[in-house]
Amino acid sequence: MEILCFGLSHHEAPVELRERFAIPESRAAATAWELAKQDALSEAVVVSTCNRVEFYIATESAAEGFASARRVIAANFAEPEGFFRHAGPRSIRHLFNVVCGLDSMVLGETEILGQVKKAYGAAHEAGATGRNLNKLFQRAFNVAKEVRTQTKITRGAVSVGSVAVDLAEKIFGRLSECHVMILGAGETAEMTAGALQSRGVKTIFVANRSYDRAAALAERMSGRAVRFDDWTREIRAVDILIGSTAAPHHVLTAAELAPVMRTRADRPLFCIDLAVPRDIEPAVNDLDGVYLYDIDHLQNVAAQSMAARQQEIALCEQIIERHVGEFSEWLAAGGKPPLFGDAEAQRG
Amino acid sequence: MDRLLLIAASFCFLFGFALSMHALGARVAHASRANFVAILSGFIFQSAFLYLRGEQLGRCPLTNRFEVLTFLSWSLVLFYLLTGSTYRLSLLGLFTAPLALIFQFAALLFPDISRGTVVKGPANAWFEMHAAVSVLAYGAFALAAIAGVMYLVQERQLKTHHLTSFFHALPPIHDLAVANRRLIFCGFVLLSVGIAAGFGIGSWHSHLAKIAWSVGVWLLYGFILTAEWRHRLSPRRGAWLSVAALGVVICTLWGITFLTERPSL
Repeated sequence: MEILCFGLSHHEAPVELRERFAIPESRAAATAWELAKQDALSEAVVVSTCNRVEFYIATESAAEGFASARRVIAANFAEPEGFFRHAGPRSIRHLFNVVCGLDSMVLGETEILGQVKKAYGAAHEAGATGRNLNKLFQRAFNVAKEVRTQTKITRGAVSVGSVAVDLAEKIFGRLSECHVMILGAGETAEMTAGALQSRGVKTIFVANRSYDRAAALAERMSGRAVRFDDWTREIRAVDILIGSTAAPHHVLTAAELAPVMRTRADRPLFCIDLAVPRDIEPAVNDLDGVYLYDIDHLQNVAAQSMAARQQEIALCEQIIERHVGEFSEWLAAGGKPPLFGDAEAQRG
Repeated sequence: MDRLLLIAASFCFLFGFALSMHALGARVAHASRANFVAILSGFIFQSAFLYLRGEQLGRCPLTNRFEVLTFLSWSLVLFYLLTGSTYRLSLLGLFTAPLALIFQFAALLFPDISRGTVVKGPANAWFEMHAAVSVLAYGAFALAAIAGVMYLVQERQLKTHHLTSFFHALPPIHDLAVANRRLIFCGFVLLSVGIAAGFGIGSWHSHLAKIAWSVGVWLLYGFILTAEWRHRLSPRRGAWLSVAALGVVICTLWGITFLTERPSL
């Protein structure tokens, strides 16, 4: 029995090509089932995300398997040009890399594991999988779990929004009692506030020179719009301040903030300055209880996390290689001896 | 035998500290649980020692510097075991273990002059309460200082934007400030009870130096608490003061212990 993998990913195919083959969730299971019922193929799983469309198939003959799958894809979507093709241990290694986030656009991201689990679950329910792909995917999920716990590949935030959320949690602990204020209505500020909102912040205030834009953003975020002239009055209640105005000068200075901080000595203030030119005077970071991060600081933290993740790749590959070897041996032996770790995978 | 219990406790604290340091470097999961178990084991050994010594003396084992330092180490660990889980302050054990070890090791350096002495009769109950509750208070102050150190480490990283692996392992800075404040409050209440009990001993006019020291410590922590409650003291300054105050407390304790070892007691 051979395991084949072929498809498109962000590495070799631009979005214009990927979108031609994007398979909606509702059709993925049916496509897998259609592949699995071909004479040359016995099992199939279709993984379709914004960054990849991949077909995993089990077949007795690699050449016939590829040809048969190609016909199905051409009939349903388009002629599969530019697809990568892996067979044998390379296809197994590819799946393990994918579920561990090593093949992702953002190294070590964990969303892909959920997406692959979903794709496998749908194919399994549709009856498109059998003994070989069941074992392969269970093993893949097991590998992802091992890599996540034994290495630092998923540690640290790697985007501006997630760095801001991480820092906020390191300052306040739970964010459920935190009040956020956005100055300006920039896209990055909205995304950052959205990331904070997803962690359950209590209130979001939006202040902008154009009150209508502030009101529109506040409505989108279920927050409250504040007139720009009034925002300094609200700052006493604010825990996280996001600056993203287009003002050519500082809109908040240390001299303005110092008296406010004296009245709330036990409550820290986290200032996130996403504006260029900066909205918040750097000297506010010298005030007790104020933590100021501008866009460069946030990007530096994200870059440090990414560098730390990259240092973990070799360790991840060692773990993956061991599992590739074990699975290849099991497959070559006709699936006779039970695979070590399968019980854990089923439980996990 | 009893000294062996304390040596075993010291090894547990040392092991807990080494375990945490290794886990911090390797980012091993469940590190704080292993550290907790090591410290708990040390606490059990210390408790066994204090129980045996109490049985032997027929009173609270606070009759010399060796016993007082052991009791202080035990109090610190007691508060860690209670507070650590309450506030879920990861890595508190990393800082607690070495301080408990230092207190315990210092205790072991002193001659154990109570060993083999004739069991004394029942001590003055007020004195027992005064000594035990006061040392417990110092345990709370010691843990507050540890939370203060952790706060200062975390605060420095946040301010300088230089985030090491330590940053990710330390608890949120706000939780550390709250823990610091509550532990100071807890120690302050206990010290108040201890001082009040001290007045019940009688002949307090002959221990004016001790009383002055204790009231001085009480005022120092009272000042920290009042300033924090009135929002006059930032958590950073509160953390610094709690660390500095612990130094004063250790000196105070030294003075008290010196006086209690005098034959008049």
